Amino acid sequence: MVVVLALGTVWTIFSRLPASATSNGVPPASPRQGFAAPDFTLDLLGGGEVTLSDLRGKPVVVNLWASWCLPCRAEMPAIERVYRDYQDLGLVVLGVNTTNQDSEADAAAFVRQYGLTFPIPLDRDGSVSVRYALRGLPTTFFIDREGIIRSVVVGGPMSEAVIRSKVEDLLKETP
Amino acid sequence: MYPYLRFGPFLLQLPLLALLAGVWIGSSLAEKEAARLKLPSGVVSNLIFVGIIAGIVGARLAYAARYLQVYLENPLSLFSLNLNTLAGLDGLLIGVVVATLYGWRKKLPLRPTLDALAPGLAAFMVALGISHFLSGDAFGAPADLPWSIYLWSEYRHPSQVYETLLALGIFFAIYKKPLGQSGTGINFWLFVALSSAARIILEAFRGDSVTWPGGFRVAQVVSLIVLLGSMYMMRVWAQSAETGGVRTATSLESIHESE
Repeated sequence: MVVVLALGTVWTIFSRLPASATSNGVPPASPRQGFAAPDFTLDLLGGGEVTLSDLRGKPVVVNLWASWCLPCRAEMPAIERVYRDYQDLGLVVLGVNTTNQDSEADAAAFVRQYGLTFPIPLDRDGSVSVRYALRGLPTTFFIDREGIIRSVVVGGPMSEAVIRSKVEDLLKETP
Repeated sequence: MYPYLRFGPFLLQLPLLALLAGVWIGSSLAEKEAARLKLPSGVVSNLIFVGIIAGIVGARLAYAARYLQVYLENPLSLFSLNLNTLAGLDGLLIGVVVATLYGWRKKLPLRPTLDALAPGLAAFMVALGISHFLSGDAFGAPADLPWSIYLWSEYRHPSQVYETLLALGIFFAIYKKPLGQSGTGINFWLFVALSSAARIILEAFRGDSVTWPGGFRVAQVVSLIVLLGSMYMMRVWAQSAETGGVRTATSLESIHESE
């Protein structure tokens, strides 16, 4: 018993993480909780463009959607309500339309139908879908002020409570 | 990693499927072991079911309690199928407490019941390792080795494979019962001790460890304490079994027969 515990203690001490690995370690970019959100620059529906890394310092919700996707339709009004409630606190929502499997005309009609007021970046060549390892629509990434992904929700529709709870977590972190 | 399989409009979550398979195989093994130990297998099966349901409901309620105002405004969200809104650790604690109360109410003898659960828990740990492999969770530290896997933007230790292999080893050890006949509770503590030892070894290769100041990995320190506790319990219960202080299912049955 003593031998086992001594070995366990020695292994625990031996395998400690060095100080360099525990401080100032910036995680690599990967579409996963705890990693830096992969950067992108996309044109916006209606003109202009957005670069994710320019939004550093603000909590960001990136929602990938398509107009033909039924769960996307179901959750979009809740996302809009949460955006309206929290935008004054600095929340940014990017509703990335997967235009490579949709059409700009359908996306525009969708935005009008649901009265969406947040920016709609257009992923025309599907590069953001690839970088974010998109496996199903909708998929939503909750990104903190440091650009780190805090939560990923694959599939939907998300309830309003899910969105609000995740956003409140992001807003709780000090700017 | 294959986290999802698409069936038309439906996304099948493979890690969840692996966990469900683990629960199913684990409960079957526990029922079989319960019958072997002359425990009422139906009651043991219900104990597992009650524990799982209480754990899931408890995990959702614990999550909702943290965002009370949000859930008071949207009470139907309590029934959401979203796994992101479960407080895992709270759910585990609630499930264990409720299962314990159920077992106590049904007068299940503690030590044989724990032994009956041991092979099932060991099987579930194998499924957990497979689930981690499918989802990419519990990923390894960056490593340049011939058997490294490319995951989350880097070559890493295949920690999920290590985890599954260690869990398989523990499962076979528990199944073979190297410390003698079951019913004394020692096989359960052996499972806990081996699982803790495996975690101490494995954590060194993980890339997602939570650390304390000084670089100590929390999981290793906690596992070390659990290992100490489980070895102590094995010793104490072995001594009481030798002196005949244990009321196993067999001895309970003989008591009933003599009455």
